[in-house]
Amino acid sequence: MQVPAYVEYEKAASVEHAIALLTRFGPEARILAGGHSLIPMMKLRLAQPETLIDINGLSELCYLRVTDGQLRIGALTRHAQLLDSAAAGEHFAILHDAERVIADPIVRNWGTVGGSLCQADPSEDLSAAFAALKATMVIQGPGGSRTVSAREFHTGPYETVVAPHELLTEIRITIRPGAGGSAYEKVGRRVGDWPVGAAGAAIWLAGDTIAEAGIGLTAVGAPHFAAAEAEDFLNGAPATEASFAQAGQIAAEHCQPSSDQRGPADYKRHLARELTVRALRRALARAKGAGQGAPEASR
Amino acid sequence: MQITVNVNGADYTREVEARLLLIHFLRDDLGLTGSHWGCDTSNCGACVVWLDDTPVKSCTVLAAMADGHRVRTVEGLAAGGELDPVQQGFAECHGLQCGFCTPGMMLTARWLLDRNPDPSPEEIREALSGQICRCTGYENIVRSVLWAAKQEAGQQPATRQPG
Repeated sequence: MQVPAYVEYEKAASVEHAIALLTRFGPEARILAGGHSLIPMMKLRLAQPETLIDINGLSELCYLRVTDGQLRIGALTRHAQLLDSAAAGEHFAILHDAERVIADPIVRNWGTVGGSLCQADPSEDLSAAFAALKATMVIQGPGGSRTVSAREFHTGPYETVVAPHELLTEIRITIRPGAGGSAYEKVGRRVGDWPVGAAGAAIWLAGDTIAEAGIGLTAVGAPHFAAAEAEDFLNGAPATEASFAQAGQIAAEHCQPSSDQRGPADYKRHLARELTVRALRRALARAKGAGQGAPEASR
Repeated sequence: MQITVNVNGADYTREVEARLLLIHFLRDDLGLTGSHWGCDTSNCGACVVWLDDTPVKSCTVLAAMADGHRVRTVEGLAAGGELDPVQQGFAECHGLQCGFCTPGMMLTARWLLDRNPDPSPEEIREALSGQICRCTGYENIVRSVLWAAKQEAGQQPATRQPG
């Protein structure tokens, strides 16, 4: 029987109240959002916070909206809400691709987008998707809010730049004009499991040339969940299979997968290459189709 | 801490520790043992109950998180002495053998049919993909949910498979 250790519990009534509670209880307090990462870790005693600050009542953090040319996602948005959001799918198909393969439908009902990001598991899917989309995170503290890029957000496995007295409140993704497409490709052992490896890609075209590319990787030891060298190669390159193959090769060379029960490092490196190519291929098909949310193209 | 949870329409107020999991609150504090405590790791789905309007894995939710909310368990599926069509479907189509996964399966099936009254077998399998059955191979569970969908649509469902 797995039961968490004794813990104090506070219910936050507002974002400001949550931050005041974080400030009062200090670094041994933890925000409780969906709890689908934190509670299992507490049951295994891998996490043993002194105080939980429950933010599930903060409906003001639960939204998806398009504002000022950005898709804005409240940190307490449930995975199921992101998957159900037509606006998210229309502008960034990668988010729906990723959400379909995150955990299972029941876990997605309660697990949150912000919680997944703050848990900062090195195999987390949305971290790679937001890295590919070059999203911006909004973090609120006692003195106001600040923004950091998705690629500055994680400082290592299970570590982020969110300070003990701060709260992630929103994720912003800029909706760029012109032809763009995005996609996410994951290989997992079964439904609900973490990926063996996964890659996300977002591209924006200028004619037949890639104006800008974003590539996210997870579970393969990619720095900041991104393949920056492969992106550099693609920026300004022709949008062709040959470019994608080369980008996949570069992405694989720059990640550092570890062997574990999900597979040996060389297989994960292979996945990094192959899934990068597949994600780019699908992103291109969507960019050339009816926008990001174009129906499934050839795989 | 003191919490009040509305379970199957009735309010229950209890003194609990913050670390108490919802599944243990339902089974041990309220005596509602229809919800099963299975893998303890959010994998098997035997503990699925509704929290407000959505199914959740109650081994991964604190009882405190249900304070002021509604919970629906398998004990709350039947209404007015009449089994829910999902329950009837499981009986008609042999949707269970040992029955351990059944409460969670039925609560997810009910949720699915409320959102999608005419699901395909693939949609049923997707909805139930976070839940494990070690007896049926899922085939009869899918048939049970299809039976319930047809029953609710007012169509005469196919009855038990011969043999």
